[in-house]
Formats: sequence, C-alpha cells, structure tokens
Amino acid sequence: MEWLGAPGRWSGDDGIPVRVLEHLGYTALAVLIAAVIALPLGAVIGHTRRGGLAVVGVANGLRALPELGVLVLFVLLLGLGLLAPTLALVLLAIPPMLAGAYSGVAGADGGAVDAARGMGMRERQILLQVEVPAAVPLVLGGVRFATLQVIATATIAAYVGLGGLGRYIIDGFALRDFPQMLGGALVVAVLSIVVELVLQGLGRLVTPGPDRLRLRPARPESDPVPTREARP
Amino acid sequence: MRAFGYEIDELVVAHVLLAVVPVLLGLVVALPLGWWAHRSPVARRVLVPLSGALYTIPSLALIVVIPVVLGTPILSPLNVGLTLTIYTVALLVRSVAEALDAVPDTVTTAAVAVGYRPAGLLLGVQLPLAVPVLTAGVRVASVSSFSLVTVGALVGIDSLGTLMTSGFEQAYPLMVAAGVVGSVALAFLFDALWLGLGRGLTPWSRAGV
Repeated sequence: MEWLGAPGRWSGDDGIPVRVLEHLGYTALAVLIAAVIALPLGAVIGHTRRGGLAVVGVANGLRALPELGVLVLFVLLLGLGLLAPTLALVLLAIPPMLAGAYSGVAGADGGAVDAARGMGMRERQILLQVEVPAAVPLVLGGVRFATLQVIATATIAAYVGLGGLGRYIIDGFALRDFPQMLGGALVVAVLSIVVELVLQGLGRLVTPGPDRLRLRPARPESDPVPTREARP
Repeated sequence: MRAFGYEIDELVVAHVLLAVVPVLLGLVVALPLGWWAHRSPVARRVLVPLSGALYTIPSLALIVVIPVVLGTPILSPLNVGLTLTIYTVALLVRSVAEALDAVPDTVTTAAVAVGYRPAGLLLGVQLPLAVPVLTAGVRVASVSSFSLVTVGALVGIDSLGTLMTSGFEQAYPLMVAAGVVGSVALAFLFDALWLGLGRGLTPWSRAGV
C-alpha cells in the first residue's frame, strides 16, 4: 500500500498511468488483430459447418500451450521488441474468439435460417443479417475471455522485455523489492476486473433483441407451452 | 534423467504435483460450495460473481498477492498451488451448481419417494448424475492448470517452466521447446485420465441408452 502511494508513482515514464496505458495498448492491439482473423473465419466455418470439429479440437488443444513458453519461443526466434510478444498474444487470443464465432453462428436458430432462405435471402445475407446477430452473445463471450487471457499473458510478457504492468512484478522480483511486486500485482488485478466489467456493460449495449440490458446472459428459451393438450 | 543441466524427472514430478493437487483440492472445495449455490439463491448471487472476479485476476498477480492475503512465505510453491486451487474452485462452483440444477425433478422426487434421505440423495443420486458435467469442468481446470504452473518459474518456483526461463536466459530455443512439449504432453495425458475416470464412474453412459 505504501508503494502505491509513494511520490512519483503516479507520474513519469515508469509511473502507474503510463504502465496501465501500455498494458491496455498491447492488449487492444493483440485482441484487434486476433479478432480480424478469428471472427470472420469462425463465422464462415459456422455458416458452412465445414471443419467445425477441427475448430473446436484445435481451440481446446491450444489451451494446453503454456503462455510463458510460447512467449519465450517467439522472442528467441524473432528477437526482442514489440513484434514477437504481440504475435504470441495474437496466437493465444485466436482460439476463444474462433470458438465463440463458430458456435454462435452454428447455433443460430435453424428455423430462422430456413425462413430467411425461403424468403429468398442470399447466403451472404443469411450470414450477416440472421446468423451473426444471433451469434452476438457467444461472440462477445469469446472476445471477453480472449481479452482477459491477453491481459494476463501481457503481464507475463514483461519477462521477455515488454512494458506494461508486469514490469513491476518482474523487476520487483529481480530486485527482491516485494512491495513493488505486490503493488504491481494489485494494479493488474484491478485493471482486469475493471476491463471485464466494462466489456460486460458494452456487451449488454450491443446485444440485439430481448436479451439487451438484461443482467444475466441469454437464457435458453423454454419450449412453447402445448396449449391444446393443456386444456381439458 | 538429466538434460539441459536439470534433473528432468524432478521437474516433471514438481510440475505434476503442482498442477494436479490443486485441481483435486479445488474439486473438494467446490462441491459443497456448488451444492450451497444450488440450494440457496442468495449464496448463488454471491458465489458466482465472486468466482468470476477471482477467475479474472491474472495468474502472475494472484501468485504475488496470495502471500500477503494468506500469510504464506513469499517464495513458496504454496502460492502457485493456492492460485491454481482458487482458479479451480472459481471454475467448478458454477459447474457443480448447474450440474445439480440439471438433475430432473422427477428423478429427485422418485428418489425421495423410495426413501432416500437428503445426504443419500446427494451422494447416491444427484452427484452421480452430475459426473459428466463435473468431468468437463475438471478437464478444463486441469488443462489450464498444467499450463499455468509454468508461470511460477517467473518467481523461482520449479516446474517444466524452469526450462523456459532458463532457456530464455541462455537463448536456447530447444530447451524452451522441450519445456513446452513436456507441459502440453502432461496436460493431454491427465486430460485422458480425467476423461477415462468420468466414463468409469458413469457406466450407464456407455450402455448407449
């Protein structure tokens, strides 16, 4: 706590605000690049349903990759700097978003899709106007999970020379400066929780249909009540 | 077995212990908490968001914060183990509650009608039926546990992650790759183990009903 309040902690190149902005910058960069790759790919695979099993399998398999090892390997092979850690972060952010886009689009109501096709919509229109809106909650879930994963991994990336809040923990450990480690850890923890809450709020704003602004994520709709049988 | 200047089998044993014990411990803690969340809407409104928030905290941060909150020594493997236990509990509380929710009312009422008391109902009927959902949760927790153990190497806790940090310092990609491959292989091995265990505990699921 003393560390957090020390003079100069909240200003300058090594101050907390600069480190927070760096951390958010790396995260946004990696998540955006990963989204540009993963979301269209997942949506198309979800629409055609070709290669769906492979997507789920690869996404689950990549979970087992140790983030630290991936970061170190990329940096050893591509050199220090922004490029290698960012590529590693992109690689780790792709699977959850790919899985979210795929399962969201593939899970769109079959009746709605058939109706759209029957009305004469082209495949492209069906994908963009029917399946993608229906996929929004799952896509957002994937984006949120990917973002948190990237924030956590960007912290570790301080070990391979990236800036951001992980610097306090890695440098603190090197200097055996435990207050600095702890202060940095607390700031990262708070940042993650704030980002999660902001993304949850944004998610509610952009979710179409009746789930909008609802506190809980979309609930599966119950079966329609069989009114005819219910009457005596 | 010695390679890259390390006793690899010692690193593997440390890695497995630090990854598996927290998953088992987390399951043991999550069962009663999940049952509580299943029974009480108030408990659920507290436990589910709290789990979500804990799961949000980056591993390296949690490993560093735990000694201050729980009073463990600063450079102890316990901090890594407790971090992974917390993630497992956070992940499984919700799984347990939802698995118990999903047991059909007709089944529980029938069990009560044939004389099951609350404890017998939970252990003999509800939990066995929840095993498939539990297995899925344990598998996710276990796979991420095996990868997160390596983060401990950043604060001096030995595991296959040690090959990654040491390989970085020596600029030796092969050593890092060995750590990555070993960690992934162990994760898959235990994943298969949990899957087999889950199937073994639910013989009816293999009957093709």
